[in-house]
Amino acid sequence: MHLILFIVFAGLCLAGAINLLLQSHPIDSALSLIVVMTSLSVLYLLLGAEFLAAAQVIVYAGAIMVLFTFVVMLLNAGREERTLGSRVAKSIGFPAVTVILAVIATVILHAQGLGVARLSDGITSTEDLSSILFTKLLLPFEVTSVLILIAILGAVALARHSEGNEDSQGSAEGTGK
Amino acid sequence: MTILQFILWSMLKVAVVTVVMLLGIAYTVLLERKLVGRIQNRWGPNRVGPFGLLQPLVDGAKSFLKEDIIPTGVYRPLYLLAPIIALGCTLISIAVVPFGAPVSVWGSPPLFQISDVNVGLLVILGVTSIGVYGIALAGWSSNNKYSLLGALRSSAQLVSYELALGLSLVGVVLRAGTLNLRLIVEQQGTNGILSWNIFGGFQFVAFFIYLMAAFAETNRSPFDLPEAESELTGGYHTEYSSMKFAMFFMAEYGNMINVGCVATLLFLGGWTNPFANFFGSPHNILIQALMPLFWFVSKVFCFLCLYVWVRGTLPRFRYDQLMNFGWRWLMPLAILNIVATSLWLAYR
Repeated sequence: MHLILFIVFAGLCLAGAINLLLQSHPIDSALSLIVVMTSLSVLYLLLGAEFLAAAQVIVYAGAIMVLFTFVVMLLNAGREERTLGSRVAKSIGFPAVTVILAVIATVILHAQGLGVARLSDGITSTEDLSSILFTKLLLPFEVTSVLILIAILGAVALARHSEGNEDSQGSAEGTGK
Repeated sequence: MTILQFILWSMLKVAVVTVVMLLGIAYTVLLERKLVGRIQNRWGPNRVGPFGLLQPLVDGAKSFLKEDIIPTGVYRPLYLLAPIIALGCTLISIAVVPFGAPVSVWGSPPLFQISDVNVGLLVILGVTSIGVYGIALAGWSSNNKYSLLGALRSSAQLVSYELALGLSLVGVVLRAGTLNLRLIVEQQGTNGILSWNIFGGFQFVAFFIYLMAAFAETNRSPFDLPEAESELTGGYHTEYSSMKFAMFFMAEYGNMINVGCVATLLFLGGWTNPFANFFGSPHNILIQALMPLFWFVSKVFCFLCLYVWVRGTLPRFRYDQLMNFGWRWLMPLAILNIVATSLWLAYR
């Protein structure tokens, strides 16, 4: 049962990712990315991480991707132009990508102590997760939140900077996002 | 219990809940028309059937029989997908709501809940946040400026108020120590109305924030800017007709019911009896099993009446007022509520 679900949703995930690259319309690409995000959350669920699955849907599919589609809608972006790609990209890009993927794969395969994840019925409860997050991993957790705070401050600074040029309606829209 | 039995029971429960939900949506529309009629000193629909009770069914038949127009300029795949997303998300999030105590007969899984998920609350929030796409895509794919403006307003509003909505629920979760909806309700059941989160838990500030955010989340008056008729001729569903329009309509009313269910579960004690055991428990086993259902439905009903009452009373906000209210009042208030609740819990 788990294996069937895994194959179905892993396939969906890959199909979404490939579709994301092939689509010529930005909004289609954004929607494919949502498919990738949601099928990833099902994969998390299959690994027993229910909180992570729910957070994945809420944060990535429900908030970040809404912002993406919002921007596409606001700019009313049309179809992107197709080019055949430069010769440099073809001759250097593809081998480079293959090499990088190979390096990453070998490093991961040879790394020790990464732990094993199994498709199982066992579910890590939110309580266990949060007690580890707020005791053992407290420092990295708080440092990450500072990182996010910096990003927010940067966004505010950027919005402030352009306030003089735009009318008040634009800044109200900015607050909305 | 074998897998086959589990699947059969689940299908049965899904079928029953879906039918009841759709009927509930239809009759919520009637309730609104009747109540708003009374508030505005008129009768409301009273021609079809006794007291106009068959009106929703006739309305449904009408939307089925209307001509289905797809304008030429629309982006077809998304135009067709949008109402499905909107209504689908509405119907999915009811799946984790427990309607009554976990009763089971003949070795069935608990009857009054389709699926008892450990992170039930997060599932509801997640599915609701996906529902935004229905509205956003509808407005964008319609290729109409009114639709686009309505959709932009709506998605900005939903994303902003989702924050306040989520934060207002944190106080309840802190008190309960779980995200499981059934456990949250069971903790409020000990002393009747006194142990409800809104009274006994001192979460009335959170309830107020939730109420405001919920009105905004469901695009209801006084936050119904996305479909402000006088400005946008209808908002994101301007270009939709026939059953596709009806699907958006149903999604809106279904969301009202969902929001009412969540409020009932988190703040108003869910299916538990508000008088606790004051009047003693009934002896008949059937009544014992159905009483929780009665309490749940009547609490949701009261919440829906409140919705309609507010709609009939308050005028619409302006867009900047809406954003100011959400970001400068509701969100800080919600964070203060979390801090106060945590301090109180730590002190106790």
